[in-house]
Amino acid sequence: MSYDMQHSIDYKTAPVIDIEGLYKAFGSNRVLQGFNLKLWAGENLAVMGKSGSGKSVLIKCIIGLVRIDQGKLLVLDQAVDQLNLRELDRLRSQIGFQFQGSALYDSMTVRENLEFPLKRHPLKQVTEKELELLVTEALEAVGLLNAINMMPSELSGGMKKRIALARTLIMQPKIILYDEPTSGLDPVTAKEISLLINEVQNRFHTASIIITHDLACARISSNRMIILHNGINYAEATYTQLGTMKDGVIQAFFV
Amino acid sequence: MKKLTRFFLTTGEISEFAGRYFREAWFPPYEIQELLKQCFLIGNKSFALVSITGLIMGIVLTLQTRPTLIEFGAVSMMPSMVGIAIVREIGPVLTALICAGKIGSGIGAELASMKVTEQIDAMEVSGANPFKYLVITRVTATTIMIPILVVLSDIISLSGSALVEYLKGGVSFELYFSKVFEYLQFGDLLPSVIKSFFFGFAIGIIGCYKGYTSTRGTEGVGRTANEAVVIASMLVFILDFIAVLVSDIFYEL
Repeated sequence: MSYDMQHSIDYKTAPVIDIEGLYKAFGSNRVLQGFNLKLWAGENLAVMGKSGSGKSVLIKCIIGLVRIDQGKLLVLDQAVDQLNLRELDRLRSQIGFQFQGSALYDSMTVRENLEFPLKRHPLKQVTEKELELLVTEALEAVGLLNAINMMPSELSGGMKKRIALARTLIMQPKIILYDEPTSGLDPVTAKEISLLINEVQNRFHTASIIITHDLACARISSNRMIILHNGINYAEATYTQLGTMKDGVIQAFFV
Repeated sequence: MKKLTRFFLTTGEISEFAGRYFREAWFPPYEIQELLKQCFLIGNKSFALVSITGLIMGIVLTLQTRPTLIEFGAVSMMPSMVGIAIVREIGPVLTALICAGKIGSGIGAELASMKVTEQIDAMEVSGANPFKYLVITRVTATTIMIPILVVLSDIISLSGSALVEYLKGGVSFELYFSKVFEYLQFGDLLPSVIKSFFFGFAIGIIGCYKGYTSTRGTEGVGRTANEAVVIASMLVFILDFIAVLVSDIFYEL
């Protein structure tokens, strides 16, 4: 994989994700009510909020799985809500999405799970030899090369998260969206995953949004944090800055 | 009123889903390997069940009809009567109903489970087309395999009937089958095979539709499997009714 090994946040160019005044409701349930966000190249941004606050909806809007009601949503300078299916596929090929439950394909081995998106993507053509190399490299990056022929049912929760990350990395994305990457894991494994997110950022120079309510994960893996409360970005700062704020809503996360 | 509205809405959604199948099935990429795998799974896993029920149906039908035919002195008509009944009606409908139960529910539960665990979303965000990989392959596989299972079931049913005739009336297998084909015409076989394609398509599309649009988490998986069987079975009867009406027009011509 030809990734930039040197990690740095690029504030000079346009943000890779630019959201202004985003609204999304499901019936009478108004989830996002004018949410704003800017993600810069090479940056890890943690979005924290209570359960049901719309964190997962936010990243599903970004990847085009959920249509927005109103607002500006630019990803790599493209308005996601105005793309046709082919254009959306092209954009998605530059974005990795790590699902909360890993979403590994049950009926396939780890190798097949990794090969699946690459073999089928209409815009990426690779030979069998390249495919083998990419699978090996992606599994090495997450430290699970020995699991190549295992089935998802044979993997632990932490291993599943790592394999899902490898499946994301194999597409060489510019942006990675993590949906609760440490949920359901013990503290030790959760820390390993948080450090792995950092390692991916440093090694592959990806920009990431990390949806989490795990404070330790946000502290380890993010450069900046947003508190999502009542459908808006209630507060936006670094972990240290947020920790010193006296606001009750913010401090509720730091208890 | 609400139920009626939901019925029409669901019918519309299923039609739209089937329409998407026809729009996307012709264009690459073609998931040939997955299609062959699904054909194997559907054919291989259903063959034993279809064979056993077909055999029993052939035996039972012959045993039940025999006394009446003897009473009317028409026992020699047994092969032709059983042959026409099985090939035209009992074979296709029985096989389709069994497959609706086994395959329809299996596909529904599998896709619903994939939906719940976000595997379908994962395929979509990776740029792969989950509809092509999951739906087109399964619907095509059921459309291909159910007519094959129907023909095999017909053969096994007739063999069961021939066995009864051999044991009870001393009729040889050669004589039994020559009598069957004396009366059975191509016009009996063709509508039966054609309607089996429709049965296969209906079973596949209902299973996939229910699974692909499943909601309500894990509870939804069981509900999806159940609904897939009920709707697919009902659709088999409706399609059979239409097929019989259409074939009847051709018989009269």
